[in-house]
Amino acid sequence: MSEATVLRAAATPFLSRQRLGLAALWAVLILVPFWVPLVGGYTQLAGRALVLGLAAMALNFLLGFTGVMSFGHAAWFGLGAYGTGLMLRYVTSSSLLATLAGVLLGGVLGTVLGRLLVRRRGVYFAMITIAFGQIFFYIAYRWNSLTGGDDGLRGFQRQPIGFGRFLLDIQGNDVALYYYLLFVFAICVGLMGLLLGSPFGRTLIAIRENERRARFLGIDVERQIWLSFSLSCFFCSAAGALYALLNNFADPMTLHYTLSGEIVIMAVMGGMRSFWGPLLGAAVFVVLQDYVSSMTVNWMSFIGLLFVLVVLFAPRGLLGALQRETPR
Amino acid sequence: MTQLVLFNITNGLIVGAFYVLMALGLSLILNLSNVINFAHANFLTLGGYFAYVLIPFIGFWAALFVAPLLTAIVGIIVERLMIRRVYGRDPVYSLLLTFGLAFILQDVCRYVWGTQGLPLAVPASIAQPLSADLFFITGYRVFMVAIVLVAVTGLFAFLRYSRIGVRIRAGILDLETVAALGVNVQLLRSLNFAVGIFLAGLAGVLAAGQIGLNPNMGDTLLMPSFIAIIVGGVGSLAGTLFGGLLIGVAAAITTVFYPTAADAVIYVIMALVLLARPRGLLGEEGMMS
Amino acid sequence: MRQDGSARGLSRRGLVGAGAAVGALQVTAPYLLSARGEQPVRIGMIDPLTGVYATLAVSEVEGAKLAVAEINKSGGVLGRELQLLVEDSANDVGTGVQKARKLIDRDRVDVIFADVNSAIAYAISQVTNEKKVFHIVCGGHTDPITGKDCKWNVFRVCNTTTMDAAAITDTLVKTYGKKWFFITPDYAYGHSVQAAFVKRLTAHGGTYTGDLLPLGTADYSASLIKAKAFGPQVLINTMGGLDQINSLKQFVQFGLQKDMAVGGSLYELQIIQAVPKEAQIGWWTMEWWWNQPNLPEVARFVAAIRAATGKPAAARHWFGYLSVHAVKLAAERAKSLAGPAMAHALEDLRLPPEVALQPGEIYFRAGDHQLMSNVFVGEAHPPEADPANVFTVHEMVSGPTAAGTVADTGCHMAYPA
Repeated sequence: MSEATVLRAAATPFLSRQRLGLAALWAVLILVPFWVPLVGGYTQLAGRALVLGLAAMALNFLLGFTGVMSFGHAAWFGLGAYGTGLMLRYVTSSSLLATLAGVLLGGVLGTVLGRLLVRRRGVYFAMITIAFGQIFFYIAYRWNSLTGGDDGLRGFQRQPIGFGRFLLDIQGNDVALYYYLLFVFAICVGLMGLLLGSPFGRTLIAIRENERRARFLGIDVERQIWLSFSLSCFFCSAAGALYALLNNFADPMTLHYTLSGEIVIMAVMGGMRSFWGPLLGAAVFVVLQDYVSSMTVNWMSFIGLLFVLVVLFAPRGLLGALQRETPR
Repeated sequence: MTQLVLFNITNGLIVGAFYVLMALGLSLILNLSNVINFAHANFLTLGGYFAYVLIPFIGFWAALFVAPLLTAIVGIIVERLMIRRVYGRDPVYSLLLTFGLAFILQDVCRYVWGTQGLPLAVPASIAQPLSADLFFITGYRVFMVAIVLVAVTGLFAFLRYSRIGVRIRAGILDLETVAALGVNVQLLRSLNFAVGIFLAGLAGVLAAGQIGLNPNMGDTLLMPSFIAIIVGGVGSLAGTLFGGLLIGVAAAITTVFYPTAADAVIYVIMALVLLARPRGLLGEEGMMS
Repeated sequence: MRQDGSARGLSRRGLVGAGAAVGALQVTAPYLLSARGEQPVRIGMIDPLTGVYATLAVSEVEGAKLAVAEINKSGGVLGRELQLLVEDSANDVGTGVQKARKLIDRDRVDVIFADVNSAIAYAISQVTNEKKVFHIVCGGHTDPITGKDCKWNVFRVCNTTTMDAAAITDTLVKTYGKKWFFITPDYAYGHSVQAAFVKRLTAHGGTYTGDLLPLGTADYSASLIKAKAFGPQVLINTMGGLDQINSLKQFVQFGLQKDMAVGGSLYELQIIQAVPKEAQIGWWTMEWWWNQPNLPEVARFVAAIRAATGKPAAARHWFGYLSVHAVKLAAERAKSLAGPAMAHALEDLRLPPEVALQPGEIYFRAGDHQLMSNVFVGEAHPPEADPANVFTVHEMVSGPTAAGTVADTGCHMAYPA
C-alpha cells in the first residue's frame, strides 16, 4: 500500500482491493502464534520481526514519506528500550507505565536534538544523526552504575498487565506477550496511517517531492521536518520499549549505529515508498539473519551481500518492485 | 599533574594525526562524490594486511608504499563495479552500499587472515622509545607523525598544483560546471576515490605497526574520523585536519580527569560546535545543508 | 557452522587462521549409532566466534567437538546420539541472549553451554533459569555466576575470578611489591577480577589505581602514560583475548617492562604465543596446563587435540571437553535429561581422571556449582624447545583453597519446588 493509497483509503468503497489486502495482512499478524510454529519459526522470532518492523516503519515515516535520511534511529530505539528497562528495574512494576516511559524518553530527547538537525539535508543529516546516536551509545556503554554498561541492563522482568479482573500474563505466556506487542504496534501504525493521511502528511510528501516548491507554497519546511522527525522518534522509541519487554533486557548495541543501518536496510528492502514495505523488509531481514547466523560463522558476509544486492538490484524494495511507480 | 597533562596533549596530537589521515580520505570522497564511505575503516584494515603479506618479500619500507597502492587498486575496482552506480541517487543508497561493503570486507579479512591478531614487524631502527622520560614517544610514533605530515603536505600540494588535483577541487565546488567543461567526471571520481583509499591503506600500515593486525582494527577509528570532518567543517580539508587534531587532544585531556568520558567527549564537542557554528569550524557556508 | 550429523573427516586440519577455525567447527564425529527414531541429545553452545575473544571461543568449541566425537563413538549419552549446535554470540550480550532463546525455543536443546564473555554468560543464565534448562558456563569467569547470583541449573567449569586472584596475589606481592596499576576491561569480568584482586591486595596493605577500558580498545597509550606516572611495582593486566595482546604489545613498545613488572590472573596460551617475546614475562595463573608429565591421560588428550586441530591443547580446549563429558556423566547418573535431575546428579560427582586431566579430586561443588579444579600458578617465558612451552608451573593451588567456602561466595542454592 503506497502513500497514495493511504491517502485514498478514506474514499475507497468498503470492499476494495486495498481493504481486502489490509484485512488479510492483519489476519496474518493476528494468527502468528498459530502458523509460525508450523513453518519452523518460533514466537520469539515473530515478536522480534514485529518490533523491528515497527522501528523500520517509524524510520520510513521520515525516510520514505518526508524524504529525510536518518542513519541514527537506533538511538531512539535504544533509548526506548533503556527507558522501559530502567523504569521496570527501579521505579514501577507496571509494564504499561514502563512502555510509556520508554516512548517518552526516546521521543522527547529525539525532539530536542531534532531541533539541531532541521537545516541539514542528505548525507549531512545522516552523518549528524549517526554522531548523536553514538552519544547515547557511549553513555549507556560506560555509565555502569545506572545502565549496567557493556553487560547490558539486567535484572528487570516484564510484569503481567491487569485490566480490572482480567489479567494479561505477558510475563509467562509468549502468546500473550505477542498480543501485547501487536496491540502497541497497531496503535502506532494506526496513528502513522492517520497522520500520513491528514493534511500534515500531505505537506510532508510535498516536501519530499520538491522542497523548494513546498516552501513557495508557504509550508514551513523546517518545522514540518522537525515534527516529522519527532514523531518518527516517538514511534521508534515505542518499538525499543517493546524490545526491552520482549527480551527482559536492554544492551548498548540497541543504540549502536550498526542497528541504525539495519533498520534502514529493512525499510529500503521492503520498499521505502510503501507504507507496509518496511514491515515486510524487517520480517525478511530478521528471519534471514536468524537463519544465516546459525549456518555459518561468516554470516557478516551474507548480511553485507544483502545490503549490496538490495542497493544495486532492488533499490525500490520488495513491495516497490511489485507495484507501479506512484504518479508524480 | 602538569607533566601528565602535557604528556597526554602530546599523545593526543599523535593520535589525532592518525585520525587526520583517516578523515582526510573520507573527506575527499565525501566532498567530491557525496558518499560517506562506511567501509573506509575496512580499507584501512586491508592495507595493514597487505603490508603483512608483502613485508617478507619486499621489506617494510617498500610495503609502506606498495600496500596502500594495492588497497587503492581494490578501491578503484569497488568504485567502478559498485559505488559509481549510486552516484546522484538518494544518499540512502550510498550509505547502505558502503555499510554492506564494510561487513563483507571485515569478514573477508577474518576468513583469510584469521580471528587471532597478527603482528606486523617494524624495523628495529624505529621501534625504540626516544628517551626514558618521553617513553611514549617511540621512534615509530614519530615516524608515523612524519609520514602523516608528508602525506598531508603531499595531498595539499597535489590538490593545489596537479591538473587532476585542481579539477578535484573545482569539482567539489561545482561538479556540473566541471563536467560541462569537458572533464571526465567519472574518471575524476574514480581517481579521487583511489586517493582517499590510498590514505586509508597508508593509515592501515602505520596502525598495524603499532597495534598489530586484526579484522576489527579499524572500527574504533571510523567514528572519530566522522567527527573530525563534522567539527572541522564539511568541504574544508584544512578543517578536517584541524578537527582531527582537536578531538585527539580533547579525548587525551579527558582521560586525565575523567577517563570514562573519553569516548563520549568528542561527540559533546561536535554537538557544541554544531550549536555555535552549524557549518563546522572552518566549513564553507551552505556546504552542510 | 551448525553441524548436525553429516560425517566428515579431519581433512581441514591444514588450513590456517579462520579457515582452520571454521574447518575445525565443521569436523564432526563419524557416528556409529545412527538415530533410529530416537531423538539425539542436543547441546546448544553459544560462544563469541567473532570479536576479540574469537580465538579462545574457537578453542572451547574444538574441545567440545572432540568430546562429542569420543562419546558418540562409545555409545552416546543414554544410548542416544549427542549433537552439538554451535551459535556465534558475536561478543554481544543482546545477540547471545537471542541465540539462547532460539536454541531453547526452536531447537529444543537439552543443555546450553555459554559463553567466554562473562557478561553474556551471566545474561544467558537468566534465560536458562527462566526456561529451566541445564546450563554449563564453560569459560566466563565473573564471580556472581556461581556466587551471589548462583542458580540451580547453572554450573561453571572455568575458575571464578576470586579463585584466580586468591591463588596469585601472595606471589605477586612477594615477588614484585604492593603498589599496583590495573588495566581492566570495563564489563562484568573486569569488574569482578579487579575487585577480587583489590580485596586481597588491601589485606596486604597495598595501594593501587587503574583504568577501566572498554572491550576492543585499540590504543592503550593514555593508560600506559598514567601507569608510568603512578609508578607501580607491577602492572596487573586483566584484559583478555586481542585486547591483552594489544595492550602488552604497546607496553613493551614503550619499554615499560624496564620500569615495572607485569602480571595478573589469566594469560592464556594462545595469548602468550601471540605477543612479542619481550612481553612473554611475569607471574600469572593458568586454569589448566598441557604439560603434566606424570599424567598419561593428559598426554593422550593433548595428542587428540593436536590431531583434530593441529594446535597445542589450551585450557579453553579442556573447558569445552570437560563440559561435554560433564553432561554425559550427569545424564547417565540421573538416567534423565531433566534439568533438576541432572543438576542434582552432577553435584559433588568426582570426575574421572580422563576428564579431570589433572591431579587431585575434581568436582562441581554442590553449594555453588563451581568446578573445584587446581589453579596453576607460574611464570610466562619465551618458548623453550616446544613452541607451546611458554609457561612454567611453579605451584598448584587446590580449588577449595582458592575458592574459599561456599559462604564466602555468597551463593544460596535454591531448587524450584
